[in-house]
Amino acid sequence: MTKARRIYEKIVTGILFSSSTITSLTVILIIVFLFREGIGLFNSTPTEKNYVIAVSRQNTIPIITSNELADIFNQDITNWKQLGGRNDSIVRLTLNDLSGIFTEEELGPDLEFFPQKLNEFVKTTPGVILYLSKEYLPKNFAGRIIPVKKITLLDFIFGKHWYPTSSPIPQFGIWPMIVGTLMVTLGAILFALPFGMATAIFMSEIAGNRLRNIMKPVVELLAGIPSVVYGFFGLVVLVPLIQSLFGLDVGETVLAGSIVLGIMALPTIVTVAEDALHATPQSLREASLALGASELQTLVRVVIPYSKSGISTAVILGTGRAIGETMAVLMVTGNSTHVNYSFLQPTRTIPATIAAELGDTSFGGVHYNALFALAIVLFLFTIIINLSVEVIKNRNQRVNQRG
Amino acid sequence: MKKTILLLFVLLTANQIFAQKFKIKGSDTELPLTQNEAEEYMKRNKNANLMVTGGGSGVGLSALLNGTTDIAQASRSLRMDEKLKLKNEGKGYKEVIIAYDAIAVIVHPSNKVSQLTREQLEDIYTGKITNWKDVGGENLKIIAYSRETSSGTFEFFKEHVLNKKNFAPTTLLMPATGAIVQSVSQTRGAVGYIGLGYLEKTVKAVQVSNDKGLTFVAPSVVSAKNNSYPISRPLYYYYLTSVENTVSSYIKFVLSPAGQQIVLKSGYVPIK
Repeated sequence: MTKARRIYEKIVTGILFSSSTITSLTVILIIVFLFREGIGLFNSTPTEKNYVIAVSRQNTIPIITSNELADIFNQDITNWKQLGGRNDSIVRLTLNDLSGIFTEEELGPDLEFFPQKLNEFVKTTPGVILYLSKEYLPKNFAGRIIPVKKITLLDFIFGKHWYPTSSPIPQFGIWPMIVGTLMVTLGAILFALPFGMATAIFMSEIAGNRLRNIMKPVVELLAGIPSVVYGFFGLVVLVPLIQSLFGLDVGETVLAGSIVLGIMALPTIVTVAEDALHATPQSLREASLALGASELQTLVRVVIPYSKSGISTAVILGTGRAIGETMAVLMVTGNSTHVNYSFLQPTRTIPATIAAELGDTSFGGVHYNALFALAIVLFLFTIIINLSVEVIKNRNQRVNQRG
Repeated sequence: MKKTILLLFVLLTANQIFAQKFKIKGSDTELPLTQNEAEEYMKRNKNANLMVTGGGSGVGLSALLNGTTDIAQASRSLRMDEKLKLKNEGKGYKEVIIAYDAIAVIVHPSNKVSQLTREQLEDIYTGKITNWKDVGGENLKIIAYSRETSSGTFEFFKEHVLNKKNFAPTTLLMPATGAIVQSVSQTRGAVGYIGLGYLEKTVKAVQVSNDKGLTFVAPSVVSAKNNSYPISRPLYYYYLTSVENTVSSYIKFVLSPAGQQIVLKSGYVPIK
């Protein structure tokens, strides 16, 4: 009998142990995967795989950056002189423009004259810039392949332009998204904190038990509404409202995102803060009241200071909820990629960018890597938030032990 | 009992063997149209089994190149590098235009501007023109709406209207065509672009000119069909000559009057 029980207990412990191991391993694997895919961005040139940029032999430019390339193909730079080269106007040529320059007959029915034509063209056009796949580069190519500067961490974080699918040269600058994410989150907390705290205080201190038992599930129900529903509500109700209220040109703003996220963070803030307030020992309240303090004075001077760390935890957890939210924000902030420091302008957040673009990227491409690098940035944000929860909890324990 | 099951099994597998089965993959713009076509085709041919999926023109064409789809639906023609790849692998292909799609430029119904040239649209979307008064409207800031970068319509608009330039970073990128219609209908200074099939009464379509303002044409099935509307594009099917026998009767159906009727009903422009 005892033997059977011992075996049974061993099995149970085994199951518990292995599931906890699997859980931790999964988390670690996901993080490793995230970093592996994201780091790839910084070893690669931003052009597509196997594609090269080439210029004519007369061209004197030694190396080119992706911003310069973007300006060239965006027709903002039209002469090599502007980049410190010879005075030749730039002729852009990509594989897809070929039909505009050579006729089908010139290329031959099976494109067999293509290499020869290309060489001729490069020889006679000193200002040419070519963008094409390595395999179609003619043997004894008449031009020169020009190296493209690799993407650096600074370019990535402080870059102001995000054109991930721009061909031939995409641009990956995430500063607009970092600013957007932080602003929307900050706004959400500024909105949710007063409302959440007021609700929590009312439920814990003023409402009777019966009312509290009704209100708590209702607030928690807010957490159960799918985020897409919030987003739709935001787009159809909130966006026009903000637009007419502030007399704006456009209603899809940081503010709209903040309010929607604030509503979504409310349940977290209310429940955690309410639990903290409720956990204040009855003896403390009674002592305060016995000293002649009023109910309100007790609340402000005793209950709130006592549950300070619980309230901070509530705020930080609410922030964590808000910062990673995708769908609702995608629908109400307008997703424009310019750097914006105003609450009444459109913006774009990191999670919205990843959600909107990941489906279209090719596995292992530069755009794919860039989105994973974005995910790492988001991950670092949430890690910082979670660590601060831990720090605050620990501090509170020490204070309580001392007390 | 066992015999019946066995018989049923044999019948089912036999059905599978004799069934005309193939896959269509690609452009999301064409997806609703192809789904309607395939549904009707399967209704008429009981042993036909078509699998239609989206993913985007690029996805469909690369699936055609590596042999995981039989027909690629694409809202753009084959690019030079794709042609070269097919040539290198010695694969012959056929290109069929099944319909046309016009892209309507829409504004808020209260907007006085009802005509824009292609050059004005380029300047608006690249951020050079920012106020409606510069294109003959009232003094109101222009809010430009676009689709997300993953959309084929985005690529088409960039190539044919923006002259391959980048969208201004202030452009608002919406996750779906429906969201553009919704936003334009509730934003006074808004401009957006959508497929003709999505045009609704809550927004106003502007006339577009491609000859620097000599003639302006409103988007419609008729103007897209006679090629007078500048922002329209053909919708293609691509398939390899090696599967021609399997797919030809379906292609024939799509091009038939009945098939083209479905094109019209789905909000696209028939080829004839």
